[in-house]
Amino acid sequence: MTVTTNSDTNVPAVPADSVTVTVDGRAVSVPKGSLVIRAAEVLGIEIPRFCDHPLLEPVAACRMCLVEIAGQPKPQPACAVTVTDGMAVLTQAGSAMAEAAQRGVLEFLLINHPLDCPVCDKGGECPLQNQSLSHGRGESRFDGVKRTFEKPISVSAQVLLDRERCVSCARCTRFADEIAGDPFISLQERGAKQQVGIGDESSGSYFSGNVIQICPVGALTSARYRFRTRPFDLVSVTTTCEHCAAGCELRTDYRRGTIMRRQAGDAPAVNEEWNCDKGRFAFTYVNQGRLSGPLVRDAAGDLVAASWPEAIAIAAAGLASAAGRVGVLTGGRLSDDDALTYSRFARAVLKTDDVDFRARTASAEEADFLAVHVAGTGLGVTYADLESAPAVLLVDFEPEDESPIVYLRLRKAVRTGRTRILAVAPFTSDGLAKLSGTLFRAAPGEQPAVLDRLASDESTGLRQSGAVILVGERLAGVVGGLTAVARLATATGARLAWVPRRAGERGALDAGLLPGLLPGGRPLTDATARAEIAAVWAINAADLPTTVGRDLGAQVAAVHQHQADLSDGIETEAPIGAWLIAGVGPEDLPDPTAFLAAVAAVPFVVSLETRHTEITALADVVLPVAAIPERAGSFTNWEGRVGSFSTVLSGTGALTDARVLTVLAEELGTRLGGSNEPDADWAGARRAMESVTANAATQPGKGQALLTGWRQLIDAGTLQEGEPFLAATARPAVARISAATATNLGLAAGSEVTVSAGNGQITLPWVPADLPDAVVWLPLNSADSAVRSAFGAAGTAGAIVGLSSGGAA
Amino acid sequence: MALPDGTRERLSEIVARYPQPRSALLPMLHLVQAEEGYVTPDGLALCAEMLGLSTAEAAAVSSFYTMYQRRPAGEFHIGVCINPLCGILGGDAIWAALSEHLGIGHDEVTPDGKFSLERIECQAACTHAPVMTANWEYLDQMTVESAKGVVDKIRAGEPVQSTRGPVVRSFRDTERTVAGFDDGLADEGGGADALMLAGLNRAKELGQAAPEPKRG
Amino acid sequence: MALTPVITAHWDEPDSHTMAGYKRHAGYTGLSAALAKTPDEVIGIVKDSGLRGRGGAGFPTGLKWSFVPQGDGKPHYLVVNADESEPGACKDIPIMLANPHALVEGVLITAYAIRASHAFIYIRGEVPHAIRRVMAAVRDAYAAGYAGKNVLGSGFDIEIVVHSGAGAYICGEETALLDSLEGLRGQPRLKPPFPATAGLYAAPTVINNVETICNIPTIINNGVDWFRSFGTEKSPGFKVFAVSGHVNRPGIYEAPLGITMRELLEHAGGVREGREVKFWLPGGSSVPMLTAEHLDTPLTYEDIAAAGSMLGTGTPMVFDETTSVVRAVTGWLEFYKHESCGKCTPCREGTYWIVDVLKRFRAGKGTPEDLPKLEEICAQIFGRSFCALGDAAATPFPAAMKYFASEFADGTRAAANDLFDPVAATIFSGVAS
Ligand SMILES: Cc1cc2nc3c(=O)[nH]c(=O)nc-3n(C[C@H](O)[C@H](O)[C@H](O)COP(=O)(O)O)c2cc1C
Ligand code: SF4
Ligand code: FES
Repeated sequence: MTVTTNSDTNVPAVPADSVTVTVDGRAVSVPKGSLVIRAAEVLGIEIPRFCDHPLLEPVAACRMCLVEIAGQPKPQPACAVTVTDGMAVLTQAGSAMAEAAQRGVLEFLLINHPLDCPVCDKGGECPLQNQSLSHGRGESRFDGVKRTFEKPISVSAQVLLDRERCVSCARCTRFADEIAGDPFISLQERGAKQQVGIGDESSGSYFSGNVIQICPVGALTSARYRFRTRPFDLVSVTTTCEHCAAGCELRTDYRRGTIMRRQAGDAPAVNEEWNCDKGRFAFTYVNQGRLSGPLVRDAAGDLVAASWPEAIAIAAAGLASAAGRVGVLTGGRLSDDDALTYSRFARAVLKTDDVDFRARTASAEEADFLAVHVAGTGLGVTYADLESAPAVLLVDFEPEDESPIVYLRLRKAVRTGRTRILAVAPFTSDGLAKLSGTLFRAAPGEQPAVLDRLASDESTGLRQSGAVILVGERLAGVVGGLTAVARLATATGARLAWVPRRAGERGALDAGLLPGLLPGGRPLTDATARAEIAAVWAINAADLPTTVGRDLGAQVAAVHQHQADLSDGIETEAPIGAWLIAGVGPEDLPDPTAFLAAVAAVPFVVSLETRHTEITALADVVLPVAAIPERAGSFTNWEGRVGSFSTVLSGTGALTDARVLTVLAEELGTRLGGSNEPDADWAGARRAMESVTANAATQPGKGQALLTGWRQLIDAGTLQEGEPFLAATARPAVARISAATATNLGLAAGSEVTVSAGNGQITLPWVPADLPDAVVWLPLNSADSAVRSAFGAAGTAGAIVGLSSGGAA
Repeated sequence: MALPDGTRERLSEIVARYPQPRSALLPMLHLVQAEEGYVTPDGLALCAEMLGLSTAEAAAVSSFYTMYQRRPAGEFHIGVCINPLCGILGGDAIWAALSEHLGIGHDEVTPDGKFSLERIECQAACTHAPVMTANWEYLDQMTVESAKGVVDKIRAGEPVQSTRGPVVRSFRDTERTVAGFDDGLADEGGGADALMLAGLNRAKELGQAAPEPKRG
Repeated sequence: MALTPVITAHWDEPDSHTMAGYKRHAGYTGLSAALAKTPDEVIGIVKDSGLRGRGGAGFPTGLKWSFVPQGDGKPHYLVVNADESEPGACKDIPIMLANPHALVEGVLITAYAIRASHAFIYIRGEVPHAIRRVMAAVRDAYAAGYAGKNVLGSGFDIEIVVHSGAGAYICGEETALLDSLEGLRGQPRLKPPFPATAGLYAAPTVINNVETICNIPTIINNGVDWFRSFGTEKSPGFKVFAVSGHVNRPGIYEAPLGITMRELLEHAGGVREGREVKFWLPGGSSVPMLTAEHLDTPLTYEDIAAAGSMLGTGTPMVFDETTSVVRAVTGWLEFYKHESCGKCTPCREGTYWIVDVLKRFRAGKGTPEDLPKLEEICAQIFGRSFCALGDAAATPFPAAMKYFASEFADGTRAAANDLFDPVAATIFSGVAS
């Protein structure tokens, strides 16, 4: 529909292609092609429904929404009839025909429905219950035997099905088929025996939890939530999911200090009404391994409990003594405001530019790319843009695992038939297949060459207006990769967006938590930029550092170099005198062991954390901070859209990072008053990205392969702890290799393969994939495949690893 | 998978008949019955795999249609039409008698696996009521005695001739035919029977015929 | 009215089902004649003939064909509905057994007219012999150059696939049939879009009944005037009537539309000696029953409708007074319950409920309050279900109440089998042990 706005009066004009209908005598103009039920909604007229769902194709199966349409002898389903100009609709309120039809359908729905509302999870928020109370008969006229089923069956570890409650609306099965693309459930049998059923496949869908939410009765319930509470005992809070950069709006329901469940919010621009199972079910981590108070290292070298003032004083003293040599490492999970406070604390209080939020594979090329193309660019490519794009190219980005809502939106786009998906990836993943995507196969390291070929390929659709390139954070691990992506975008005119995994990455980037970058995309080396930020932070511009600092990798390297020098007898000052570390998970880093060794070597370490980690164990001062549900804030998602969250668990006394930093700053003699954040993004010129030349291809030898992989959505991630039902739906860890590679290794079908690198090895069942030969794909952080901790530095993407028949390392 | 050799190839032959592979699913499941005697989990999974479906999707289809057996059918799957017309004209009596005679009820199999029994719905043979089927071949205008006679004959290993079709073959053989594999038996059973010719014979008797078209 | 065998005219020749038998009587000349015309001319002829679909609904065939968009660049499909499963319907299977080439020739002409290069014949799976004969006829048509690439040198290409169903009455409903043919559960689709614009594989599709298609070669060969010389203005042509039930000579009778049931009954030898017609259904269990007082109604779409029923499949079932109406109606409802596809609430739950109540009447345990309740349940289904199966299921009981209310009243005190000796109703009543 084209909405034209009359700028003189600010009254929206009637869209050209609209039709006018009356519902119960009231006129309304709606876009051509609208369904009667939607037109009624515009007028606030509620037509009862069960099978109808605005995001699913109409089926008109339940017949609850029958209305009278003038000129039609029979009642018509409002959920499936499209409006025509002049159509006169009478609902149950104005038509005896409609009222009788609906009453009849309701009576039918209840003859086989159990009367177990008092013990049903849905009781209190059940459309069927509500309908029956408002429109049903007091007593059933059915005196036969109700249909019964053995109860309940597991649809997945998280989702249970009580079939006798099902009203066959097919919302769940349509969701699985149309939206998720995972037909893990289907209607089975026929007639009165029709029921929802499952297949034999073990690997589930990442989206199964949505069916609980859209079931209009209590047939589908959550294993976690089942029988635990009643809807009317819950308090609902709107939140933004902390698990990834998709930015889902959620509704979190809690009762007396405990989160009972999380559901997808209604955010048409972002997650529509869906979310993934991680976002829905992974909330028990809040109670796992939490720090109960500040810790400090005592004279004996043990970490012991301390009071807040004591811990703050020690932390401040330690940081002050390392003045000029403090590094700030923040990870990708911070809220926007916390990230800004770290950025400010580093520059204005510690006067250092040795900052980096990227606790993962990263590169200087990436920092350059992000500073030039992403930081402080506001809302860029949006979900809506994906939906209308003629072509979307995915580069080192697996949406189903790495940003599931992007996957859902791409699937929606593909189903319209307008959008074509292309992927530069090592093989055709299930996710890509479900997007009917075209693979441009790239072995690790080959991405730049493949991207350059695409730049001269006229058939991709990337030159059409609206085409989009989505690049994942993994491309940072490929020398010349982001350079090639930028080149492709320039050559084709396609719009470019960067989709990181973690919820706090984009916010941290916008906050300037990269060397040489100030908030809002401002270059640290630009005097105007520095002056703008100094004004916001109410400091003297001259007090801001002016030379570009070191990123995480450079800092770690410097620490190791220093250690090596020391053991060679060369005494120099420690290059990093102190680290302020927040929310870094070593398992995400390219070399966790080296990083932890550096943490141990740095003279003074302050760790702000929610829980006990390998880093807090090595720190000198540990300051506990609030987990996301315990505080309010916001995340900026991959689009550059800000999603806020409010406090779910109040009264825990846990402090935000920002609050702790403010106290620490005060102890260090600086008041962090005023605002953290500039009003506007950088309007000044951005430099051109420096071109990085790709490396020559690496050739693995006999018994070797190039390593590739990514993290599966549901894996051994720390924020998924304490949720066994969710963990049980993780896709099994498998190694993927080409059939030819398997043959070369003499691997029998269904056997295992051992991948070895550094001092470690990982043995997994192998499955064939259309990978290049001599390339092995592993899930990076799954229960049986913890690549980082097993392989260390020898296990980065593109590294040469050993490959042998399972167990025979 | 323990399916007989060549099953996959035969299934592929079915798939090749159609512009879109999934259209092959119903005949493929018939072929699975021909190979296995019923829709086995392995057979279902193979069809699903070949068509890129989940097993939930494949089972959704197989459980919708009554011809797909969920446990091994008897070598002779006997149907008695109990739809009102046949039922009233004698089908109900035949059903009761056969059920007793075989000692099994609806959807049950004799312990020796020889017979399974089904109350079937209208077989498009009402003119020939009461109708019974053996592996879906018509046995028309049955009586209680003739129905029992059919199973006794089968039990004795004697051939049973369909009243409008070939000598009754095994369930699995017939399923192969239904799956679309030519069995060379199209000419068996000869021309139309007396009931199908009732009108034609009567017209000839009365010297009636359709008018000739005016040519020119 | 006289019998007029056309489709059945040569069934008494033992090889009527073979290519040789068919060609002996101008077989496949209709195809050559059609190929000499443009597709639109063929559609025009069928339109002018006034042929109405023989699958039950009586929709004008030529009109249906003309809905297929032409020159749309999409593939078009022809699907023959050979699912014949309506209780009482038994005409298409005999045609396929005795005259499969008439079907194949009709398919070829129809496909040519609607510009389809792919045709499917969807045969219910439970009739292996009909499947054999149609497969053989298709094979022979290919061998003779009537099907396949470049038919008879005309440049027309056509593939014919014989497809087996697997036991589901609902697959006779045309959109359920399409889903089934696509390898899905046979549940009806929402309309619009109609098959003519988005049918099989979402492409324009014509679905016609076997008998409808078998009419096409005769119309092409003999002309519109000849065809219209049979039947009435609104119901032109002849019909393959299949008469079953308590009649002396059940079987296939081909006659012009407009023959009365009394005439047809006379051809079929009348009801059994000493018995009378109690009720009859003009075309399947889905149409309301009529009684002896309606025997003089001409069997046309319009006259039967005026009498309060429907011509349906044109396969009358006749029951004499030994029949318990309660038993018959309960049996039909058990059928609809068994065959309800489950998609929509009124049909799925309504049939479940009706059967529960009717079985009590059959057992003599109904209550007087149940009768108005049953009428209401039927009214709650009729016109509110997703497809016509629901309407069909809501038909037998109210129709029976119209004429035989007292029998249902009796169902509150005595079982149907006690009121009507089931042995007397069997056709082997004199023979049975
Ligand atoms: C429940 C149901 C079952 C049907 N069964 C058949 C059938 O077996 N054969 C048939 O030709 N039409 C059947 N029909 C009618 C078809 O939907 C459709 O109208 C017909 O195939 C069109 O062909 P025609 O125009 O040549 O009559 C059935 C309809 C319904 C609602
Ligand atoms: S009326 Fe409804 S349940 Fe019955 S067959 Fe049609 S769609 Fe299925
Ligand atoms: S909501 Fe319209 S039929 Fe279900």
